[in-house]
Amino acid sequence: MSNDIATIELHARAAIDAAGDPAALDAVRVALLGKTGQVTALLKSLGGMDAEARKSFGAAVNALKNTVAEAIEQRRAVLDAAALDARLAAERIDITLPARPAPRGTIHPLSRTIEELTALFGAMGFTVKDGPDIEDDWYSFGALNIPSHHPARAMMDTFYLKPSGRNRPMVLRPHTSTLQIRTMLEQKPPIRVIVPGRTYRSDHDATHSPMFHQCEGLVIDRGITLAHLKGCLVDFLRAYFEIPDLKARFRSSYFPFTEPSMEIDIAWDRKTGVIGAGSDWLEILGSGMVHPNVLANCGIDPREYQGFAFGMGVERITMLKHGIADLRSFYESDIRWLSHYGTSPLAPVTLHEGDA
Amino acid sequence: MKFSLSWLRTHLTTDASLGQIAETLNNIGLEVEGIEDRGAALAPFVIARVIEAVPHPNADRLRVCRVDSGSGEVGVVCGAPNARTGMTTVFAPPGAYIPGSGITLKIGEIRGVASAGMLVSAREMALGEDHDGIVDLPGDAPVGTPYAAWAGLDDPVIEISVTPNRGDALAVRGIARDLAAAGLGTLTPWNAPAINGTGASAIRWQDDFTEACPWILGRTVRGVRNGESPAWLKQRLESVGLRPINALADITNFFTIDLGRPLHVFDVNKISGGALTVRRGAGERFRGLHGKDVNVTSDDCVIADAAGVQSLAGIVGGEATGCDEATTDVFIECALFDRVAIALSGQRSGIFSDARQRFERGIDVSLLPAALDAATAMVIALCGGEVSAITEAGAEPAWQRQASLRFERLQSFGRSDVTPDRAVGILGALGFGIAARDAAGVTVDVPPWRNDVASAGFSAGSTLDQHEDLDPDLATAVRQGARAIEPEADLIEEVLRIEGLDRIVPVSLPPLATVPTPSLTPRQARSVRARRVLAARGMAECVTFSFVDRATAARFGATPDTLTVANPIAADLDQMRPSPLATIARAAATNAARGFDDLALFEIGPGFRDETPAGQDLIAAGLRSGATPLSWIAASRNVDAFDAKADAFAVLQEIGVPLEALQVSATAPGHYHPGRAGTIKQGPKTTIGSFGELHPSLCAALDLPAGSVGFEIDLGAIADPKRRRKSAPDISPLQPLRRDFAFVVDAGVAAEAVLRAAKSAERGLITDVTLFDRYAGDKLPAGKVSLAIAVTLQPKDKSLTDSEIEAVSAKIVASVSKATNATLRG
Repeated sequence: MSNDIATIELHARAAIDAAGDPAALDAVRVALLGKTGQVTALLKSLGGMDAEARKSFGAAVNALKNTVAEAIEQRRAVLDAAALDARLAAERIDITLPARPAPRGTIHPLSRTIEELTALFGAMGFTVKDGPDIEDDWYSFGALNIPSHHPARAMMDTFYLKPSGRNRPMVLRPHTSTLQIRTMLEQKPPIRVIVPGRTYRSDHDATHSPMFHQCEGLVIDRGITLAHLKGCLVDFLRAYFEIPDLKARFRSSYFPFTEPSMEIDIAWDRKTGVIGAGSDWLEILGSGMVHPNVLANCGIDPREYQGFAFGMGVERITMLKHGIADLRSFYESDIRWLSHYGTSPLAPVTLHEGDA
Repeated sequence: MKFSLSWLRTHLTTDASLGQIAETLNNIGLEVEGIEDRGAALAPFVIARVIEAVPHPNADRLRVCRVDSGSGEVGVVCGAPNARTGMTTVFAPPGAYIPGSGITLKIGEIRGVASAGMLVSAREMALGEDHDGIVDLPGDAPVGTPYAAWAGLDDPVIEISVTPNRGDALAVRGIARDLAAAGLGTLTPWNAPAINGTGASAIRWQDDFTEACPWILGRTVRGVRNGESPAWLKQRLESVGLRPINALADITNFFTIDLGRPLHVFDVNKISGGALTVRRGAGERFRGLHGKDVNVTSDDCVIADAAGVQSLAGIVGGEATGCDEATTDVFIECALFDRVAIALSGQRSGIFSDARQRFERGIDVSLLPAALDAATAMVIALCGGEVSAITEAGAEPAWQRQASLRFERLQSFGRSDVTPDRAVGILGALGFGIAARDAAGVTVDVPPWRNDVASAGFSAGSTLDQHEDLDPDLATAVRQGARAIEPEADLIEEVLRIEGLDRIVPVSLPPLATVPTPSLTPRQARSVRARRVLAARGMAECVTFSFVDRATAARFGATPDTLTVANPIAADLDQMRPSPLATIARAAATNAARGFDDLALFEIGPGFRDETPAGQDLIAAGLRSGATPLSWIAASRNVDAFDAKADAFAVLQEIGVPLEALQVSATAPGHYHPGRAGTIKQGPKTTIGSFGELHPSLCAALDLPAGSVGFEIDLGAIADPKRRRKSAPDISPLQPLRRDFAFVVDAGVAAEAVLRAAKSAERGLITDVTLFDRYAGDKLPAGKVSLAIAVTLQPKDKSLTDSEIEAVSAKIVASVSKATNATLRG
């Protein structure tokens, strides 16, 4: 009998190894372990034996059954792996084919700069103020200490709208300083605001556009001095241009709404256009201590409060930072230019995460 | 304002270099716009004598010259036809840069003869076009002397930009005074020569408009010979770009620049009636000295004789009474005109003149008698003649006033460490008289030329223009504050300007809080997010002008006259746009014309309904045209209204608008396709946007690709986001299940109605309804469509039984059928 078992096992192993696919293996399994299978028949034969014989033979048959079952499972794993390999080989694609198109959009460089201004001045406690592009001439001039006969009005080259029957002429704001006035009327000191926004002047050539962007700033509090004006703007310029030791020069100048007034130059190289290098100076900002008349026009007592205001061209600082040559290209919306100079909508604005 | 260094030196004794002067001017608020220093470029060129010129042995046209350059003899080969023995000319040594030809000279050999330098023509020195030969100088020109110095060309000309407050700096003397105060030398004393005229002036003044002309002087000089001015005067005027005319006219121009004191000269024999009257204009016209007719109004101050208007006061004189070479008797006008009157007249006439520039910025109000004497003296010196007594009308205005400075304010306002002595010294050097001084401060007399200092209530000085709604008590208090502070601020400005702002040590702003508050309001942050989401959806942000041509504007909305620019820079930029979509469309058309018509552009910017603050909206608008990108995976398709709808809803979702509360109606503004566009409403009244295919005739008119689509979201119309905490989410442990339904409805039924009805069938259980198929065709009756929806059921407490699912399904079918007359598709 034990010879039979050994023979069966031998034959079973041969049949299992010979099974070339899962179906053949299943046929072998049925032939051995199925209801009428060879091993099953041996198990069935145990019933007719005496107890002694059943004990020894039974152990041998059960061992055979386990061995065969195990061999079948091993073979099945091998066949499955081969089948998977074959399927995967058949499923191969050309992975160099292009992905689904997902067009990338861009943020305009002016928006990018305004976000940077917001972040940098925001770190110094400024909030952003916005307001109407069309203002009456009080907000645009009168409140800012520019009476109607003032030669400074001619400096502005202002756009006027056709008369509306209202008392005051309406203008396209020639500066965002109009929001200085709205801020001081709406809010008590301490005030720290910046006003990035559209401005309009009647000028159109290679270096002037009839619409452009300014960023105005206003700080009003007790004890704000000229030294703070200088500190704030030097801090800003160094952070914006990412040059920690950028040199700045403060030159006396004149604006009707500040006294004293000054223009601020930064060091640059006229030949190469590199900011911070060279021995030339580049005008970048206008600023000054807020004129007592402007404070009084807005109901703030200049004996109690003082502060400073500044204004800069957003296009100008954008062109300088990114080496953009032509002002007009900002508004032409040439898709090639927008793709080239635009930034990613996901680029972080905070400086410590770097420039995108 | 231009002036030459030598002119400056007539008022300023200084050793300072040109560079130091320029740097100081920049620091004290007189910004240098340019320096023309012809002498520097001509420095190597010296006067030389040709000892001998002989023909070149190897070239017919060349000559070999022995040249005495003043520092030795050199040999020069010269091609000029006029080179001759004994000639005095100009020599450039080796190493010299020749500006006219752009080369730097080297020692060389020309056709076998050594040549160490060059004899030059005027053109080679960039001094004109003369290239017929080398410069031929008079025989007495000093050999060895720099040519520029001998020819008077070594006088640098400085051009500064003078700010509107500094009328006094529109005078060489005023500039000299500032430089002296800044430590660059000493101001030369200036005193007018005493002139004693005899006899009454042939012309009298009559002043009938004293508001515009408070004081006017004049005097006649008889028997003058008016001709060419002497070389020094012509050179002075030419150096600053003024064309010499004749001596009398040149004298007036000289004083305009020298003292900032405009004058005018009349030819006595051309004046009718023996008197000149200062009066209002009356609609007359006269021919000005600038060669054009001038019309005057009753607001203009004019000077008239018996024959009519002869001059627009303080701006331009008249041709009819001007002086020429035949003039024998001259009347000199020296007037004080009101700044505002001149500024407004100047704006009306549009005439820019040196006189207007000075009068409207303010001249020295007390200088009139001295200036008239100085001018008279120069007339006598250059033209001879007999001087009359002065004729005068009006009177010197009371210009005397004081201002005080508390020394402590230099520190508390300027953080400047300038000492009281230095501050007082600066003010003194600027011409302020020291009236009183103690330890705490100084009181000064303001000089008559500083119309910008302590000017409240004086001349056209500082005026307040307070907001009309200020509380009256507050308005009065702060007005007093300004009156108290402003004169002091003027003095602080003067001290710091001269001391140099660079000497103030910067101090960073003290933080308001350790961690700053947010910079943007929730509304502002919303437009940032709208911008980012649109860019993330593949659109390129653009920035276009807020104005556009009126015809284009009218295609996108109303174009009231009150939004028309009265003085547009160009005819096609004359109307404020109703929506950014108008200018985006223009930009898209330009791109399409360049061959880029698959576009996705957006802008977040203003659109205008009216001129009030409330009529100016912040709008996010976008436009797509052409087709989706080519791809092997999915066929490219043309953009359609649903692309625009997706953009619009992406914005709304990103900025936190609850989408389920929005309604879309199938009506849209006229610039959209009437059957392929929609309006988005938040609640029954608030329209927050629109989207869809653009109207075909709009696309045709603007040269936009047909089928372009767009959207507009009025960011301002959307209610402020609510700042409340979200409730805890209802996250069920049970699996959701999906049931699909296909409904057949009339083609006119809005899909949204089906979705709404399905969703409302069992609110507690249905979490999502998605339309996944729409079919119309031959398997359905005409006029019917099939809409297939997937409904997600989310059980909460226990799994749903089959009968419960059946019940919900029946509710859905009933709800949709009731709302839309739908039948379940069999």
